[in-house]
Amino acid sequence: MDAILIQILNGLDKGAAYALIALGLTLAFGTLGIVNFAHGALFMLGAFCAVVFQKILTISVKVKDESVTLFDAYKEQPYLEIWLGDFGAAIVDWAVPLSIIFAIPVMILIGIAMERGLIKHFYKRTHAEQILVTFGLAIVIQEIIKHFFGANPIPTPAPDIVSGSAAVGAFFGLSDNLVYPWWRLIYIVFAGVVIFAVFAFLKFTTFGMVVRAGMADRETVGLLGINIQKRFTIVFAIAALVAGLAGVMYSPILPPDYYMGMEFLVLSFVVVVVGGMGSLGGAVLAGFLLGILQSFASMNEVKSIIPGIDQIIIYLVAIVVLLVRPRGLLGREGVFED
Amino acid sequence: MKNLFKSNAVIMLVFSAVVLSAPIWADPIGANYPDLLQKFAIFGLFAVGYNILFGLTGYLSFGHAAFLGVGSYAAVWSLKLLTMNVFLGIILATIISGLFALVIGFISLRRSGIYFSILTLAFAQMSYSLAYSVLTPITNGETGLQIAADDPRFLDRLFGITQEGVAIPSTHFFGFDIKSMDGYFGFYFAAVVLIIGFYIALKIFRSPFGLKLKAIKSNQTRMTYTGFNTRPYLLSAFVISGMYAGLAGSIMVAIDPLAGAERMQWTASGEVVLMTILGGVGTLIGPMLGAAIIKYAENIFSALNNTELTQMFNFAPETIQNALVFIVEPFVGKGWHLSLGAMFMLVVIFLPGGVMEGVERILRLFGIGKKKKVVEGDAK
Amino acid sequence: MSSTILEIKGVNKTFGGLHALSDVNLQITEGETHAIIGPNGAGKSTLLNCCIGKLIPDNGSVTFNGRNMIGMPPHEINHAGMVRVFQTPEIFPDLSLIDNLMIPALAKRDGTYSFNPFKSMAKEKAIRDEAMESLAEFGLDKFHDQHAGSISRGDKRRLELAMGLIQHPTLLLLDEPTAGMARHDTNNTIELLKSGKMGEMTKVIIEHDMHVVFSLADRISVLARGHIIATGTPEEIKDDPKVKEAYLGEEQEDE
Repeated sequence: MDAILIQILNGLDKGAAYALIALGLTLAFGTLGIVNFAHGALFMLGAFCAVVFQKILTISVKVKDESVTLFDAYKEQPYLEIWLGDFGAAIVDWAVPLSIIFAIPVMILIGIAMERGLIKHFYKRTHAEQILVTFGLAIVIQEIIKHFFGANPIPTPAPDIVSGSAAVGAFFGLSDNLVYPWWRLIYIVFAGVVIFAVFAFLKFTTFGMVVRAGMADRETVGLLGINIQKRFTIVFAIAALVAGLAGVMYSPILPPDYYMGMEFLVLSFVVVVVGGMGSLGGAVLAGFLLGILQSFASMNEVKSIIPGIDQIIIYLVAIVVLLVRPRGLLGREGVFED
Repeated sequence: MKNLFKSNAVIMLVFSAVVLSAPIWADPIGANYPDLLQKFAIFGLFAVGYNILFGLTGYLSFGHAAFLGVGSYAAVWSLKLLTMNVFLGIILATIISGLFALVIGFISLRRSGIYFSILTLAFAQMSYSLAYSVLTPITNGETGLQIAADDPRFLDRLFGITQEGVAIPSTHFFGFDIKSMDGYFGFYFAAVVLIIGFYIALKIFRSPFGLKLKAIKSNQTRMTYTGFNTRPYLLSAFVISGMYAGLAGSIMVAIDPLAGAERMQWTASGEVVLMTILGGVGTLIGPMLGAAIIKYAENIFSALNNTELTQMFNFAPETIQNALVFIVEPFVGKGWHLSLGAMFMLVVIFLPGGVMEGVERILRLFGIGKKKKVVEGDAK
Repeated sequence: MSSTILEIKGVNKTFGGLHALSDVNLQITEGETHAIIGPNGAGKSTLLNCCIGKLIPDNGSVTFNGRNMIGMPPHEINHAGMVRVFQTPEIFPDLSLIDNLMIPALAKRDGTYSFNPFKSMAKEKAIRDEAMESLAEFGLDKFHDQHAGSISRGDKRRLELAMGLIQHPTLLLLDEPTAGMARHDTNNTIELLKSGKMGEMTKVIIEHDMHVVFSLADRISVLARGHIIATGTPEEIKDDPKVKEAYLGEEQEDE
């Protein structure tokens, strides 16, 4: 029972990241008709927003280390701590959650720049060309990050107060020894909030109605006429933002490196396909489902029966789904079917 | 002049001459290393084969590196278990990767368009993950599969062929050491395989079979209503291109007998797509050209470093020199992939027809080659 | 009395509760030109699609030359001798005109699949000559090495007719062969369909243009709201009060 709970939590946690990335991917598919292979890079850029923000907050100066009395020792002390004392230290400690504030404008700007600068010229090109040009873009973004931040993962710790583990076992009335990292729980909740926000936005605003109408029938998007260009840009920026936020919050779980986007991209694509191209609900459902499936497959009990299943379970499911139910779990007929 | 190139014999003669004389013409451009020349030939072969699928049918596979990897592993195993004669290894690798492609193609081709791309991507990633994990007994995981002195090599032993006085025997082609002639034997060996591979591709391009593949790319629905069962055609093209990939992988092994899982990664598949696109999708020579350009650029760019750049921009005043170095530096050395990505984008954006289209445009500018067709008013 | 070549019996097709075809019965006899008319959304295209394997009817039977066509894939239906010419020209835009015609000719010769990667196209003289002849017949030979995507829409439709004809079908299904054509082109097409080999061929034509229908058809069936409400000679149809009521009334609403 304990093991199962842990696996479900693990699954929700991974699934939350898949769902968030897949959500943006499918939003871009459904409304803009764009197959964006650079979407994983947006996730990675989000994570690096946290890195950059942390770096900015911890710009330091060498000061004498007073705790060492035997000889003159120096330590790095962030300006923030010098200026603001304990409050400054707290800000540094909370760098990752605070970097959301930093990431929102940055990711929106990146999204707008990407759509205006590149994506919009590819609306009328073939899917193959879209895949190729965004694949190239992903490499470029990735290499630029590598140039400035190196190839090694950069640790971005969660705030001290939530760096420990929660006694989930006790909470569910199971063994007291059963604990789970706080931050991962926060991530699951955070993902839930973001997903809810996106759905609410699409459901209750006029803008969202237009987007949904567009997803239901791509032809009508064109008929809506006014400012369609602008709407497209905004949709793309939202997709970029969602991916970016997913990245920011994931950084304490997986120290960001330049390549993390690629790994998530392939999986998220599979998630989108399993969920049904152009279906937002499908992307979320498939994200969590595949996340949970994957974490169960990585249990030792399962691996001992079918070795290596944890490595391939997602692909295997995708292949079966594509062959048995080509539209995906919640996909509609005729979306991206040639 | 143009009619001359309609003859297969003329094309093959010119092509062979250009390929075999590579050590001569590559010398002035600083590419006359057996290592690099071999890469031209091997990746050229890979791209020529890939083009039979992508160029002719338009089906974009993101999984062809998997076949290259399978070919490599098969070839190493042949060296380990059977004989150090690479001939057998190459044949086996081509057949095994063909069978592998048959299975993957059979399933992936049930879908088309972007779904097909993602299916092939899923299969390739699956193969890659498996090669790293569960299949370690076959692939030797992260270390990669290598030959060892105490490998059984049943055939060699059966015929009493042993290489005396060496710890690890070297690969050979019916007695000719692949590493001989300072590595140039390896190049000529790969070059001959490339020429044969190119000839087969040429025949396919100009056969009724090839025409039907082109028609599938142009309008697949129409093909079915014209009385063709398109799936076996696509599967044939898929398997053929998979066999080319396996063949290319086995030649890599023949020259340097080791195989690693990183060869199967989907970014490696992306590279062959780029080669094909850069040169010109669906053209005969394009993919070869693309492969050569990329491998050449990789060689040049990745060798450059800060000091060399500073020397290169010596002509400019110091501030400009520093600025130039600052701008160019990320693109070279370890940052070579940045150039690759940028090249990828530039080609897709500005020259979707690749270098071959560029050449055609230039020729047209000078009034040579095909005249631009008169486009009559299309009511669409 | 000539024999029945295509027999459609009790065919039903619904799309999510909408009856596109209900209990359609139709017999096409050898050598006739049979027009199917009816207002927009009457189910004409659905009926054609059920014949060529694009759609599978919910029930009923489609028998062609004594063979059951239901569930047969489109490429086999083509080889059975039923060939469709589409409303929007379905050609191979990236290939030359001559290639566009050689493809269906090759289909006729090679069957649904044949693996001949080492044969040379340059040596396919018989096929090439046949294609060239056919192009000449349709007045398209002067563009033979142009890309089919670059010719005018009218030429594309003629090209597609030629592509259908080169397969020597037993039955040719034409979906609005003159839709969107100018009067002059329409008359040319009518002449083309009446003359020579085309004239003798058994044809089913879906058409809006009454001028075309009455110039070509030996018999006419009227389809309205998924039902065949009348079948007969042009004269019989003209005078049928049911047709006038159902068809002509709605036609005006459509316009």
